[in-house]
Amino acid sequence: MKYLDEYRDHAVAQKIVAEIRKVITRPWTLMEVCGGQTHSIVKYGLDYLLPPEVELVHGPGCPVCVTPLEMIDRAHSIARRPDVIFCSFGDMLRVPGSDGDLFQVRAMGGNVKTVYSPMECLKIAKQNPDKQVVFFAIGFETTAPANAMSIFQAKAQGLRNFSLLVSHVIVPPAISGILDSPDNRVQGFLGPGHVCAIMGWREYEPLAAAYHVPIVITGFEPVDLLEGILLTIRQLEQGRAEVENQYARCVSIEGNLAARKMVEQVFEVGDRSWRGIGVIPMSGYKLTEAYSDYDAERIFEVANIRTREPEICISGQVLQGLKKPNQCPAFGNQCTPQTPLGATMVSAEGACAAYYNYGRHMVTIEANT
Amino acid sequence: MPQNFALSCPLPLTQHKTIVMGHGSGGRLTAQLISDLFLPAFNNTILNKLDDQAVLDVGSARIAFTTDSFVVTPLFFPGGNIGELAVNGTVNDLAMSGARPLWLSCAFIMEEGFAIDELSQVVSSMAEAAKAAGVSIVTGDTKVVNRRSADKLFITTTGIGLVPEGVAISASNAKPGDVIILSGTIADHGMAVLSKREGLEFEGEIRSDTQPLHTLVEAMLTGNPGAIHTLRDPTRGGLGASLCEIAGTANIGVEIDARFIPVRSEVKGACELLGIDPIFVANEGKLVAFVEAGSADRILETMKATPQGRDAIIIGQATDNHAGLVAMKTEIGGTRIVDLPFNEQLPRIC
Repeated sequence: MKYLDEYRDHAVAQKIVAEIRKVITRPWTLMEVCGGQTHSIVKYGLDYLLPPEVELVHGPGCPVCVTPLEMIDRAHSIARRPDVIFCSFGDMLRVPGSDGDLFQVRAMGGNVKTVYSPMECLKIAKQNPDKQVVFFAIGFETTAPANAMSIFQAKAQGLRNFSLLVSHVIVPPAISGILDSPDNRVQGFLGPGHVCAIMGWREYEPLAAAYHVPIVITGFEPVDLLEGILLTIRQLEQGRAEVENQYARCVSIEGNLAARKMVEQVFEVGDRSWRGIGVIPMSGYKLTEAYSDYDAERIFEVANIRTREPEICISGQVLQGLKKPNQCPAFGNQCTPQTPLGATMVSAEGACAAYYNYGRHMVTIEANT
Repeated sequence: MPQNFALSCPLPLTQHKTIVMGHGSGGRLTAQLISDLFLPAFNNTILNKLDDQAVLDVGSARIAFTTDSFVVTPLFFPGGNIGELAVNGTVNDLAMSGARPLWLSCAFIMEEGFAIDELSQVVSSMAEAAKAAGVSIVTGDTKVVNRRSADKLFITTTGIGLVPEGVAISASNAKPGDVIILSGTIADHGMAVLSKREGLEFEGEIRSDTQPLHTLVEAMLTGNPGAIHTLRDPTRGGLGASLCEIAGTANIGVEIDARFIPVRSEVKGACELLGIDPIFVANEGKLVAFVEAGSADRILETMKATPQGRDAIIIGQATDNHAGLVAMKTEIGGTRIVDLPFNEQLPRIC
C-alpha cells in the first residue's frame, strides 16, 4: 500500500539498524512519547532488532491510559442515566472505572455508542432531541481540533442536547514533568508525530535547549521509528540537543494553523490530572467560559465524584518511563488486558497491553530458539 | 471460610457477573466461557476435542455434526447476506473435518415487524447457497418474538455430513514439522460487515468472502487423505484465533511470516484507518491447513487449481519450540507473539 509499505520495508529497516550499530558507542536511554509508537515498536518487534545499547522506555502518550480514574467514574455515572446517549471512541469502552467498564454499563442498559468522530454525535443529537448526547472528549492535541469543531458546530446550529465530557491533555508539560523528576533516566525523546502535525514543533525547542535533550519528531511506522532512533542517537553521540523532524511528510514547523485556531476558540489551557501521575499544572484543555453550557461535568453535576487508584498498580511509574511493565508485581497475573488494574493495560496503545499482547512470551521463545 | 477454599461446583464464578459482547467475540472471553462453564457441565470426550464439529461413529459410518447461529448486523452486506452465511458457515464447519456435507436444518427467530420481503430474499439466498453446496435443508423451525426481543432475524443451522474413510482431521492432530497453508486473503468478511454497519465509505467496495469450501477440501484430500492433519475456517477471531486454538489444542508451536499473509489493499487500508489487526478479523470463505511437509507442495498446487484456493500460500510451519504459542515474523524482520484477543477489537483513538 502506497505511503505505508515503503515504511515497513525489510531491507530499509535492516540498513537503518546497521547504521545505528555503527554510530552507537555507549548505552543510551530514549523515550518514545506516543502510545502509537509504543504499539508499533512492540508489534513489529523493533526492540529485538536494536543493539543492546539502545534502551527504549515507553512514554505517557497513550490518551486512554492517562485519563484519570475519577473521570472514568464520572463518565460511567453519566452513561448510566436513562436520558443520556453516551458516545466514545472504541478503546475507552474497556477502561475500568471503580465499578466495571462501559461495556458493562452498556450490558446493564446504558446507551453507550462507539463513534469514529465526534461529528457523528451531532447527527445522533439531532435524531434524538429527547436525549442528552454526551461525547467523551479525551486525548492529546491530536483529537482536540475535531472535538472543538463538534462543539463549535453545535453552538452555531443552536443544538442544546449535546455536550462534551472533557479530559484533554497536552504533551509538552508531561515532557517537562518527566525531565524534572529526580529519578529521570531519559536522555532523548522520539517526539509525538501526530501531535506535532497539529501543533508544529516550535514549542519543543525551549524544552530541548533548557534540558539539553534531543527531541526528534517521529512517525509511527517501523522505518520512521528506526530513523527517529538513529537521529536521536547521532545527536547524543555528537553532544547535540536539537529538535529534528523525522516526520516531515506530515509535520511542519507551524503545524496545522486552521486546527490550532479551532482549538484556541473552544478550549483554554488549565491544570489536568493524569492517571497514575497526578495533577500536572497547565497540562490540559478545558472548555472556555463561552462554551461552558456544553460542559457535561457541569450539566450532570459529576465534578464531586472523586476516586483513588489501586495501590498495587505502577502505571504511573510506567507512564513516566521509570519502570517497564513486566517489572510490576501484578503484570500478567492480577493485571491482564481482561482484568486491567491500570489503564496502561487497557488500550492497544498502552505500554502494559503492548507488552502483554506481543512481548509477554518472548523470554520463552528466546530460551527455546 | 478458609482462605484457600476451592469451589467444587462445575459453575465457578467468572470475572463478569453479566454477559458482555466480548463473550461472543471468539477471543479469550469466549474461550473462558467454554472452558469454565460449558465443558465442565457437558463434559464428554467428543466435546472436549474442541473442534468446530463433532465426528461420531454410527455403525460403520463416521458422521460429522455441527451447529452455528448467525446474528449479523446488517443482514445484507456487500458480497452476501445472513442467509448465505448461515448455509456456508455450517457447510464449512462440516468440511473442516473432511466430511462431505449432506443435510442441514435451519431455525429462524424473527422479530415482530420484520419485513417479509427481506425474509424472502434471505430464504432464496439460502436455497441458492444450499443448491450450490449440494446440501438439502431437511428440517427447520420458526419462532417470532416481540419487537425489541431480537434484532430482526437470527438463524441457526445444524449440519450433518459423512467423513470418508482414512480421513482423520482434528486440531489435536497437528504435529511439529507440519506446513501451514492459508487458502487466500484474510479479513474480507469482517471488514465488509463493519464498513457497512458503521456506514464507513472506503475507496473500492470491500466484499464478504462467504463461500462453501467443501469442494476445495475434497480436492485437497484426493490422493492425500492422511497428509492433512488439521483444517480450520478462521471465522470469528480470524486467522490469529484459529492458530492460537490449534497451537493450544495440539500443544505445538506455530511460526508464521507476516509477509506471506495476503490482505487485499482496500481491506488493509480500512484496517489501518481503524487500528484493527486483520489477523483477528473474521473470514467466511477461507481455510488454514496443517499438512505433512512432504505433501505440502502437492497440496498447495491442488488448492491453487481451485477457484476457492487460487491465492493459497504457505505461511509458516509448526514446531516443537514454544509449545502452545504462535510467533510471527514481522514485515521488517522482528518477531512478535500472536495471542488470542480478549474481546471485540476496538477501533483505536488515534
